Amino acid sequence: MKKLLILGAGTSGTMMANHLIKKLPKTEWEITIIDQYKTHYYQPGFLFLPFDIYTENQVKKVGKKFIPKGVNYIQKKIEQIFPEENKVELEDETLNYDVLIIATGSKIAPEETEGLIGPLWKKDIFDFYTYEGSLALRNKLRDWQGGKLVVHITEMPIKCPVAPLEFAFLADSYFRKKGIRDNVDISYVTPLTGAFTKPTCSTALAYLLKEKDIHLEPDFAIMEVDNEKKEIVDYEDRRIPFDLLVTVPTNMGDELIEKSGLGDDLNFIPTHHNTLQSEAHENIFVIGDATNVPASKAGSVAHFQAETLTDNILLYIDGYPLKEEFDGHANCFIETGNNKALLIDFNYVTEPVHGKFPFAKIGPLRLLKESIFNHWGKLAFRWIYWNMLLKGIPIPFVHRHMSFKGKVFDIKPDMK
Amino acid sequence: MSVKTIAGKEVNVSEEGYLEDMSQWNEEIANEIATEIGIELTDKHFEVINYLREKTAAKEALTIRKVGKSGIVDIKGLYKLFPKGPLKFSSKIAGIPKPTSCI
Repeated sequence: MKKLLILGAGTSGTMMANHLIKKLPKTEWEITIIDQYKTHYYQPGFLFLPFDIYTENQVKKVGKKFIPKGVNYIQKKIEQIFPEENKVELEDETLNYDVLIIATGSKIAPEETEGLIGPLWKKDIFDFYTYEGSLALRNKLRDWQGGKLVVHITEMPIKCPVAPLEFAFLADSYFRKKGIRDNVDISYVTPLTGAFTKPTCSTALAYLLKEKDIHLEPDFAIMEVDNEKKEIVDYEDRRIPFDLLVTVPTNMGDELIEKSGLGDDLNFIPTHHNTLQSEAHENIFVIGDATNVPASKAGSVAHFQAETLTDNILLYIDGYPLKEEFDGHANCFIETGNNKALLIDFNYVTEPVHGKFPFAKIGPLRLLKESIFNHWGKLAFRWIYWNMLLKGIPIPFVHRHMSFKGKVFDIKPDMK
Repeated sequence: MSVKTIAGKEVNVSEEGYLEDMSQWNEEIANEIATEIGIELTDKHFEVINYLREKTAAKEALTIRKVGKSGIVDIKGLYKLFPKGPLKFSSKIAGIPKPTSCI
């Protein structure tokens, strides 16, 4: 029997197990998936948890439910990959592989920023990229009476790059509803040049910050958190005071990747942008947040990658050349508060544009424009995630490649 | 996209003045863009600029962290060379695209 190992049973790993069990001949291939954690989290829900829009139970389920029959599921810690020997060492056993899929994701590394894990951590400084962080922030917000709220991105790349901006929009709505918006200053602090960095988006969406009275602090690369003065400080000694800091810490790949010598300086694995084969080893493939490809680290991207990767695994084991077809396609809902959302559709080279989705001219979803319909789409996606996406059931009319049908290239960026 | 004459050479630039094609770049262009920003380029600047161009040609994503670990300059030093937006200004002067997010 030949062996295919999948490391990580998150969004990407679970999808690959479901795709491959249907495609690989059972008489020849044994599929094993390994993950030390029992709980599968619906990570997009971590954005809603702090505002009491979702409950704890809506964002977590037992991971085993989503691993198909016929796939070995091992709940153990992965210690190290030995790529030259085609071996993976677990806490108490070593497994061989013919083909390896790495889907170990990315996670926050707050220890990378000086003073972040200090006396104020989980008291006045929170993350919302972990279940525990998001929940602690919810409890904090329930009693918070107002002050300076700073929503902050440490450095790129981060998982779901638009989530912090959505957080700021939802915070605006949340405090308005509570009747305390006048007591809250909201700032959005980013290392990038603005909240919107693509010309089409800054033209189409700049109004949002103004409308929601969110103060923008661009080009801020954090050096440290001054716990005493309650300020974040950058390398030019620019200081931004906070009463409540909601930060997205540095995102990094798993330490397993570093230990195995497979990653870059952030433990992301150099991966072919279009085939998803690792650059260093031809029998290692990488998917989702674990790659270094310049696509968004998001479930929708992993979903499109999974389709290409399934085809490429089959081509690889039969000795055919791989398809260079993954185009960086992402398709994401962006919450803008007040029960509205935007939808964006883009890839490696094409910026988000106006138009209708998924059906050209009909929609019903409108691209790059706020609507209540898009907000329902975002909420409905939770059901789609648990019931279709993880199980590898195709989502009707949503294709792995970005389509140019129904797209309107009408946004003329402002000339500066 | 539009065409702009920088240091006597016609180049394609984005709306914000970033070169669209890094092969159209040369050192005179770098100097002229830098002057416009208010930076006088030294050898150290060019070491950083060449590093950025190399990594971009190799299709590697650029971050401030990466430059800080390049061995050429630390992050504080990068800020001194390109004040008020190190990656933004160094990218513009190096003739490579502006670092962006998904929107």
